[in-house]
Amino acid sequence: MAVFDPFSPEAMAGRAKGAPQPMWVERVPVAVWVMAVVFLTMPAWAGTFWIFQVMGWSFILGMIALSLMFLAGYGGMVSLVQMTIAGLAGYMVAILGPTGTAAVSLGLPWYVYIPAAIVIAAAFGTLVGALAVRTDGIYTIMITLAIAAAFFYFTRQNYTIFNGYSGFNLVLPPALFGVDWRQPVPFYYLALGCAALCYGAVVYVARAPFGLALQGTRDNPRRMAALGFNVTAHRIFAYTFAGVIAALGGILLVWQNAQIAPGTAGLPAVFDILVIAVVGGMRRPEGAFIGAFIYVVLRTYSPDVLTAFGLSNERFKLLIGLGFLAIVFFSPDGVLGLWDRWRARARKRRDPLTGQPR
Amino acid sequence: MSMADTAAARLGSVSAGNALELRGVTKMFGALAAIADVTMTVRPGERRAVLGSNGAGKTTLFNCITGDFLPTSGTIRLFGEDVTAFPAHERIRRGLRRTYQISLLFTGLTVADNVYLACRGVSRARFSMLRPRRGDPLLIRAGELIEAVHLTPARDRLVSELSYGQQRQLEIALALAGAPRFILFDEPAAGLSPAERRELVAILTGLPTHIGFIIIEHDMDVALRVAESVTMMHNGRVFKEGMPAEIEEDAEVQALYLGDGSHAHG
Ligand SMILES: Nc1ncnc2c1ncn2[C@@H]1O[C@H](COP(=O)(O)OP(=O)(O)OP(=O)(O)O)[C@@H](O)[C@H]1O
Ligand SMILES: [Mg+2]
Repeated sequence: MAVFDPFSPEAMAGRAKGAPQPMWVERVPVAVWVMAVVFLTMPAWAGTFWIFQVMGWSFILGMIALSLMFLAGYGGMVSLVQMTIAGLAGYMVAILGPTGTAAVSLGLPWYVYIPAAIVIAAAFGTLVGALAVRTDGIYTIMITLAIAAAFFYFTRQNYTIFNGYSGFNLVLPPALFGVDWRQPVPFYYLALGCAALCYGAVVYVARAPFGLALQGTRDNPRRMAALGFNVTAHRIFAYTFAGVIAALGGILLVWQNAQIAPGTAGLPAVFDILVIAVVGGMRRPEGAFIGAFIYVVLRTYSPDVLTAFGLSNERFKLLIGLGFLAIVFFSPDGVLGLWDRWRARARKRRDPLTGQPR
Repeated sequence: MSMADTAAARLGSVSAGNALELRGVTKMFGALAAIADVTMTVRPGERRAVLGSNGAGKTTLFNCITGDFLPTSGTIRLFGEDVTAFPAHERIRRGLRRTYQISLLFTGLTVADNVYLACRGVSRARFSMLRPRRGDPLLIRAGELIEAVHLTPARDRLVSELSYGQQRQLEIALALAGAPRFILFDEPAAGLSPAERRELVAILTGLPTHIGFIIIEHDMDVALRVAESVTMMHNGRVFKEGMPAEIEEDAEVQALYLGDGSHAHG
């Protein structure tokens, strides 16, 4: 089902029925197989720092950026509130579940606090969406940014629920199936699984009626209304869907760090998600993860490089900023856009009949 | 006709038996009355042509009927129900459809996706997260609509790659999706070749008889061939109503249409 494309020429012409069908495995591109094998075997040949810190963090930031990509790429709505939704989900896990800050945390069991965190965060996303979809372009950015800023200051000042400045520590994943999910290898697979799930969901939904309709409201809202679609309702529901993805990312983030504080969803983090999505490219869901990986690698290794050149390691932000500028300047549709153009050029250089390079 | 009447009767007590009923509809753009105090009724299944020179307010009239714009004053009833304050999608779900004078299509999607979206828009499960299966009735229905407007060879092409005439045909397919009861065609023949015009007339005259429509058309040939009644508009007002033959013979109309419109009715 997932690989059957109802809009492919074969399917639409009804040809798929008669002709001998390739097995679904044969229809998955080679690149996908290669990626799957690389990701699944990575703990066998990569170090624990790499799989836990670099890859784990990339998957998490990728998921949060993916929720922005879904809204911006398919819905045309640039929301700066996705990191805040992730932060709220993380906070809910800390507030409702057991943590080292026992005076504030409620210590409920995992089967209560995990679903509750996702539902609360998605509901918050829906609410923000209901406010934001009535605005356009720069105003959507401003209203979501204002909400993100308000959330940051609120968590910093509120001690009864959010424990203010210090936040929560020792926020650990439950030891389900007797596994310590914060060990590098289990955490790697957990993050990989969640990221793959979210990625697959976005790819699938993009071609389902809801996703098609969302892209319709992006390109042509007036015609969508004239076809009987409630444009506002579709946009708000897109925020709900994106909210669930961001919430999953937020829960993993709090487990990876084992703590959460106002800075987790502070304004720098909010902007980082935007930078990641733009650098990766918002046209396809892969972009979010590519952007996140680039960001994490720069963030992790640039301090070493900088100190080697005798510069302060605080300057890594300058590197990221310059990279952002370069991408926006040379390829407004991100690394993905660069890659697409390079592929198109490579294909053009081949002989159209034989497929051989000329 | 009888079919439409029973359908209208089934709608219940609100139905007054008219497909469309406008009372004193006015739309102001700043100080300009694009349409002023328009009153007209159209029976179910009736086919009406709206004529008028450029800027007469014909498209604005359509925009008010479909809810693209809310009128400044007046009431609009659709199949007996007051829809004046309804958003566009609620009116569409009650069987109203329209085409646009300037094609308003999803240029980044294929013909098949465009028509599928149109079929989805007036079905339930608009929010479905599940992809359609191969035998999905809506996919089959979309295929039939594409066939009906002779676009089957182009079904998998992107709309941006279609010829102008094909885009106009697709506009019509989108308006035929679902179970339309009343359709507004905004200059569907504009820019078409004589052969394409003949095809268009065939599509319009071939519509099931219970589907009424209003067609805006500058080409009298097309308009009078498909319509049973005519409304002439001028400067935002209804200027004349009648049978095609009456309108064709009317001296004032001829002055407006054949001569220079400006001195006919200041
Ligand atoms: N959105 C708008 N804002 C301001 N003025 C408008 C708008 N739409 C239409 N008008 C004005 O209203 C008047 C009627 O326009 P309308 O498009 O309804 O005319 P029309 O009869 O459809 O003309 P045509 O034959 O050229 O399509 C025109 O003077 C037009 O400039
Ligand atoms: Mg017009």
